Amino acid sequence: MENLLQQIVNGLVVGSVYALVALGYTMVYGILGLINFAHGDVLMVGALVALQVATLLHKFWPGLHPLLILAISLGVAIPVCMLLGYVMERTAYRRLRNAPRLAPLITAIGVSFLLQTVAMIIWGRNYHSFPPLFPTIPLEPFPGVFITPVQVTILVASATLMVALIMLVNRTPLGRAMRATAENHRVASLMGVDTNKIISTTFILGSGLAAVAGVMHASNYGVAHYSMGFLPGLKAFTAAVLGGIGNLGGAMVGGIVLGLVETIGAGYIEQLSFGLLNSSYQDIFAFVILGIVLIFRPTGLLGERVSDRA
Amino acid sequence: MSITLLEAQSISKRFGGIQALAEVSLTIRKGEIYGLIGPNGAGKTSFFNVLTGAYTPDGGEFVFAGSELPTGKPHEVVARGIARTFQNIRLFREMTALENVMAGHHLRSDSTLWGILLQNRHMREEERLITERAYEMLRYVGIERFANTLSRNLSYGDQRRLEIARALATEPQLLALDEPAAGMNATETAQLRTLIETIRHDGVTVLLIEHDVKLVMGLCDRVAVLDFGKKIAEDVPAVVQRDAAVIEAYLGGGHHAH
Amino acid sequence: MNELAEAIPYLGRHHPKAARALVLGLILLAPVLAASVGNTWVRVLDAALLYVMLALGLNLVVGFAGLLDLGYIAFYAVGAYTWAFLASPHIGVHLPFWAVLPLGAAFAALAGVLLGFPVLRLRGDYLAIVTLGFGEIVRIFMGNLSVTNGPQGINMLDSLSLFGWEISRGLQVTENFKINALVLFYYAFLLFVVGSVVVIRRLQFSRIGRGWAAIRDDELAAKAIGINTRNMKLLAFAMGATFGGVSGGLFGSFQGFVSPESFTLLESIAVLTMVVFGGMGNLGGVIVGAIALSLLPEVLRHIALPLQQALFGKVLLDPEVLRMLLLSLAMIFMMLLRPAGLLPANARYARAEYLHDKQEAA
Repeated sequence: MENLLQQIVNGLVVGSVYALVALGYTMVYGILGLINFAHGDVLMVGALVALQVATLLHKFWPGLHPLLILAISLGVAIPVCMLLGYVMERTAYRRLRNAPRLAPLITAIGVSFLLQTVAMIIWGRNYHSFPPLFPTIPLEPFPGVFITPVQVTILVASATLMVALIMLVNRTPLGRAMRATAENHRVASLMGVDTNKIISTTFILGSGLAAVAGVMHASNYGVAHYSMGFLPGLKAFTAAVLGGIGNLGGAMVGGIVLGLVETIGAGYIEQLSFGLLNSSYQDIFAFVILGIVLIFRPTGLLGERVSDRA
Repeated sequence: MSITLLEAQSISKRFGGIQALAEVSLTIRKGEIYGLIGPNGAGKTSFFNVLTGAYTPDGGEFVFAGSELPTGKPHEVVARGIARTFQNIRLFREMTALENVMAGHHLRSDSTLWGILLQNRHMREEERLITERAYEMLRYVGIERFANTLSRNLSYGDQRRLEIARALATEPQLLALDEPAAGMNATETAQLRTLIETIRHDGVTVLLIEHDVKLVMGLCDRVAVLDFGKKIAEDVPAVVQRDAAVIEAYLGGGHHAH
Repeated sequence: MNELAEAIPYLGRHHPKAARALVLGLILLAPVLAASVGNTWVRVLDAALLYVMLALGLNLVVGFAGLLDLGYIAFYAVGAYTWAFLASPHIGVHLPFWAVLPLGAAFAALAGVLLGFPVLRLRGDYLAIVTLGFGEIVRIFMGNLSVTNGPQGINMLDSLSLFGWEISRGLQVTENFKINALVLFYYAFLLFVVGSVVVIRRLQFSRIGRGWAAIRDDELAAKAIGINTRNMKLLAFAMGATFGGVSGGLFGSFQGFVSPESFTLLESIAVLTMVVFGGMGNLGGVIVGAIALSLLPEVLRHIALPLQQALFGKVLLDPEVLRMLLLSLAMIFMMLLRPAGLLPANARYARAEYLHDKQEAA
């Protein structure tokens, strides 16, 4: 029982990271109908930039408070990723808006591999251990169930960010313009919305969230490296599809559900498959779920709220 | 001349809260040009899509040439002898005019994978025949000189003709045309009219969905009128034109912007 | 081959015969020329031909039928592991190549249909992601199952052999003249490539090829002219996978060992880049793309490394990084600047000899 409870806690933590990344996928897809394959790699860039900053700070101001280090690294990583998102959209995707349907996706794959390669050039192939910025003593809310301060922070921070994003999209003029653009570019621009600006903003917002998610992911596992973005990216995409792509609430629900299924599934996969499979097969959960959802319920759990015909 | 070719028996179709088709029944006779008209949103295209298998009807059935049509399976409907064109032309853009028509022969050719890999005599003979026939079909609709032009580079009117040629290549008994005159100028419409008459003359029954009431009234042997998913009239053009309900649907009410 | 000849600037247009002779000569003499520089280069050429076969097979799925498959390397893996199971000491079976290759092709085709069935209704981009997942699942299984020896893979695979003569031993022509095994592999692979081109051309100029092109251009219209899109798509997956399976088997025989490492997503993407780079749908383009993108990284490896040593005194970019850089940049810039590829598709779907001569331009 403690075991299950522990896995639920872990699942929630992993899931909320997926949810943050999924938001980026779903916003871009809602507006452009593009699977931004490179989105997972933005997460990686966020994590590695933060790691770089934290390492430098450690070196030059050894006594600096860890929380301050965290704040500064985030303060650098977020704008860097936002800039990256902006540049990606501006230089690559914008030219391809009216291209044949496979061209944007192929480009996005290219961008993803380019980011990984550049990261490999800068940071090498090795795993870097992420500096512990939080107290490492785990809390024990229930007997036998542990949760680290990092995990608590991840849960709180991602919940806050999600609420903020929902408010932004539903309550502000910017959000209204985003929704209008997602519904129909042409009509939105006829109504005076600068759709190019809105699309750029969407990329910037999504990349910012990915940067935060990158730092969370790296702190949670304690490591960062050049290809760390691929799997979370793919899983977050799965989460976005699971919740109904283009649908913000769906992305969050999808992320949490996927995180739970994956961690609980990994704990029980051996029993489920009669000892045939072990937890090294954990990663196939996402793929299998993705396949099943796309094939049997392509609109996801919550359906498509934002039109993807735009 | 009054053998029934197609009988629609109380076809119904809903989309969410909208009743697109409400128990529509109509009969198309062999060898005629049958017009289906109605204001925007009357259910013409829905009828078309249900007939050609793009959608499954919620109720009713089609009897074609004596037996029931499969629903929701476009390729089987074509195999039974109903070919269609699209309101917004849908050609194979990266293929030449000739290849478009050759693709239309897919259904009426039967070379197997092995035949193709071994290039057996049947396959080569069939391929030669398909090429010949495709040229003939292009000549028939009057665009043979564009045989090797990519279909996306054809003029609008020629694209329409090509789409008709491709549909005819499936050797249909019934050719269903979805607003073929849309976007055409007067000359092109006149040419289209001649083409449709030739097609009928050569033994293919034509179902024509049109917005252009003048074209329909001048060309069709009989006309049915849809309004809000219901058939409100079905008769020869002269009678339909004077039908009070039809006049009301087109002129009165003010709910249609056309 | 004519397409390749025509693609040579100037010569192709003005002296088609000379161009064709040049291409043919290059193809036939390539390994000899390469061998005079060093055996590594012959090995590179052999690998390039395997990539050509893979690219031709993937082109059939992506370029002809318009189905973006990001897990294509899985079929290569199926072919290679089939060879490993049936022609190695792993379980002690040593079947001849004419039995193993067709079996590998058949298993790959089966895998293609298994993948194809569930994804029939998916649109382009969703299809891409699901096939990617399929490829990863296959790799994860091969890397973890005990029958495949997990990440260590299987080694000591049999080489290609004919009547008991193994190609890997080379051919002793006279006492002091021996044809190198790598050169022999080149000609063996060349035969397979030529065979593939013949098969693919035949498919292209047929009702099947036109059916695929129709689905690629407009699926709804394809249904409306009576094409059974389900069967045609499954056939495209199966045929594409067949080529993957055969080249996988050849890869196994050539390499002598297989491990999951050879079948990563990067390889799927690399093959896709070759197809895209050369020109989707156009056989000549695909071949050029595959050769260019498999040779270039090797050339870079041999030029860039010494150059870096000389300039900086150390290696900043290792060959694998260079390869990834090259592939990703090729993909991005090709899509942005020349989306139709190096040699844009002028793929035709009717046999030239039946076409009427008059070709008036519109």
